Amino acid sequence: MIKKIIFSIFILLLGAGVAFFVYKTEPKLNKNFETEKSFFKNHPFRLGLDLSGGSHLIYKADINGVPSGQVGDSMDALRDIIERRVNLFGVSEPVVQIQHSGFVSGSDEQLIVDLPGITDVKKAIEMIGQTPLLEFKIEASKDAPQKAKVGPDGKLELDLSSQFVSTELTGRYLQKATLEFDANTREPRVSLQFDDTGTKLFAQITKDNIGKMVAIYLDGAPISTPVVREEIPNGQAVISGSFTPSEAKTLVGRLNSGALPVPISLLSTQTIGATLGDRALNAGVRAAIIGFLLVALFLILWYRLPGLVAVIALCIFIVIILSLFKLLPVTLTAAGIAGFIISIGIAVDANVLIFERVKEELHAGRSIADAVTHGFSRAWLAIRDSNISNFITALILFWFGTSLIKGFALTLGMGVIVSMFSAITITRIFLSALRFIGEGKAARFLFSSGLSK
Amino acid sequence: MFIIKHKKIFIIISVTLVVLSFLSLFIFGLNVGIDFKGGALAEVVYNNERPTQETLNKPLEALNFGSILLQPTGDLGYIVKSRSLNDLEHSLLLQTLSQDNASALTETNFNSIGPSVGRELTRKAVIAVVLISLAIICFIAFAFRKVSKPVSSWKYGIIAIVTLLHDVAIPVGLFTILSHFYSAELDTLFVVAILTILGLSVSDTIVIFDRIRENLKNEVLTTRVAKNNFEEIVGKSLEQSFVRSICTSLTVILVLLALFFFGPATTKYFALMLTVGMFFGTYSSIFLASPLLVLVEERQKK
Repeated sequence: MIKKIIFSIFILLLGAGVAFFVYKTEPKLNKNFETEKSFFKNHPFRLGLDLSGGSHLIYKADINGVPSGQVGDSMDALRDIIERRVNLFGVSEPVVQIQHSGFVSGSDEQLIVDLPGITDVKKAIEMIGQTPLLEFKIEASKDAPQKAKVGPDGKLELDLSSQFVSTELTGRYLQKATLEFDANTREPRVSLQFDDTGTKLFAQITKDNIGKMVAIYLDGAPISTPVVREEIPNGQAVISGSFTPSEAKTLVGRLNSGALPVPISLLSTQTIGATLGDRALNAGVRAAIIGFLLVALFLILWYRLPGLVAVIALCIFIVIILSLFKLLPVTLTAAGIAGFIISIGIAVDANVLIFERVKEELHAGRSIADAVTHGFSRAWLAIRDSNISNFITALILFWFGTSLIKGFALTLGMGVIVSMFSAITITRIFLSALRFIGEGKAARFLFSSGLSK
Repeated sequence: MFIIKHKKIFIIISVTLVVLSFLSLFIFGLNVGIDFKGGALAEVVYNNERPTQETLNKPLEALNFGSILLQPTGDLGYIVKSRSLNDLEHSLLLQTLSQDNASALTETNFNSIGPSVGRELTRKAVIAVVLISLAIICFIAFAFRKVSKPVSSWKYGIIAIVTLLHDVAIPVGLFTILSHFYSAELDTLFVVAILTILGLSVSDTIVIFDRIRENLKNEVLTTRVAKNNFEEIVGKSLEQSFVRSICTSLTVILVLLALFFFGPATTKYFALMLTVGMFFGTYSSIFLASPLLVLVEERQKK
């Protein structure tokens, strides 16, 4: 008896702990969110495009020229390249995925790109279509007019771009880029090998500019400005900026990915404005809260004390689900929130089945303790049956899924599984801890349900 | 039990509703959305004043994008529907809508789906519907695998499937009406709603049928007069289980109503479909499945 009560308190505390985690990881609920520990900061809800605003692009990859055995490899390479490009443009949490052709998914090899926060489709398409631009520039002659402008702080700023003039040498003549480490300093650097034309051009440039700077521009910005010491005839150059190893690796990948492994064409686009997403999110949260309150009200009015216990179990169910959304993480969409809201309704199904059975057992003249025990064991079959069909549906929907449906199926399926635990196990522990209220008239009233007295 | 006594009335109500749903399906048809047939949908909001539809129609026609549908939305917005547009065509459309930048606007939503993506999604939807139906039929077969008397197991199964069709037909019928009068479109969520209804409503029927068979078994064991009062036993089983059937559905309907009234615009019709599906799912397990069972048993005796 004491043991059961201690166990119940332990579960309540655990639930409170999970709730605290959910609360602490929400930027909107914490004023000084920026100063929180990184563990909390790293677990906000992950919102889908329809809630956060952004672009969703579907490309078709043309794999006609690829031998059938290598399709998988080239599609993976394609994904890596596009992912790198998107990452370089500072999109937060982009999702780039490959959808292989197959019986369920159709005959096309597809590339799906989700760009949260990018609501300008044109910009998004450009971002993906762009190959990296590598340029070599030489110092402008001293006589050339220097452009300058007055900066916002009133100081004169020299325009760097006027100091260098373009040459013919670009990334087009790059044969390959490799990552190496400096033998002495262990600093990472990127080594470039030009093709024949590039080698000639590079030899000419280095020959003409001994003692001067040659600037290496990536996407219009200088990344390295080494001084030429001697002519370089073998077509090898080294970019040794202050890279971190991972930056250098990214750059190498990007340079090598100058050309896509397979041509891609845009099949469909979708953009959702940020305000529209925001509104949908608020509406979803509001619906969830109101839905929960309605269910809680019904449970307490109809099932009284066991109803209250079920509401507490439902609260624990909700915080467990929410923290799972954060930890896994699950990308939440409007449909996903709908799935979650419906799972709140389904989660108490098991409780309803149990309590109705308990009521029957009470009518049959059993004591409260007996009725509760029998109620649980006899309701089990019905609980299993009603959850199986929901779970089958969620499973097939998830498998069949486009991202929209997957979101719904996942939240619904998770709800079904977690609710089996919360509605059966947690409620049972709580109810058995409540045995101390005895068998009096008041106790029997509290354990009956519906309109009966 | 009054439900069993007046079983003909309830069966007639259900048949009427299903017939009406089918009629509405044939008369109004289904308004297939761009998810499945491909096409583009843009939503724009003007910053100051919305140009009238007449002024926009002519320049839009000049774009040669085929038929373009312009629907006012809110005070300052339009929803524009057309065939699928590429990047260039999309910018042209926006330029035309803004009357060459004379009336500033913001695009809040743009969705262009190529016909091949639409075809693919249709295929997937059909596969999912077939798979889930098969899975549910297997589930029903499993639930009724034991032999029972006086009505054999497979008849329970058939009745469960008939009620399931009833539960799906009515929301679809409702949707065709919504689709006709409020231009709701058949999209991915519609298919998901139908499939979820299948999953949610089958369990209700099975729970009640299980109860009937359990009571039949007990009756046979104790009094051995079961064969004569099948009707009574079904009635008794219904009495025992209808409260919990209603209560389990009620909790789901409560959250669905919250979703319909307060939830995001994108899931409004979805929530409505599910609410109606849940409601008729519960209705049919109490007022249709059991009366049908008694009817089948009566026919058998003749």
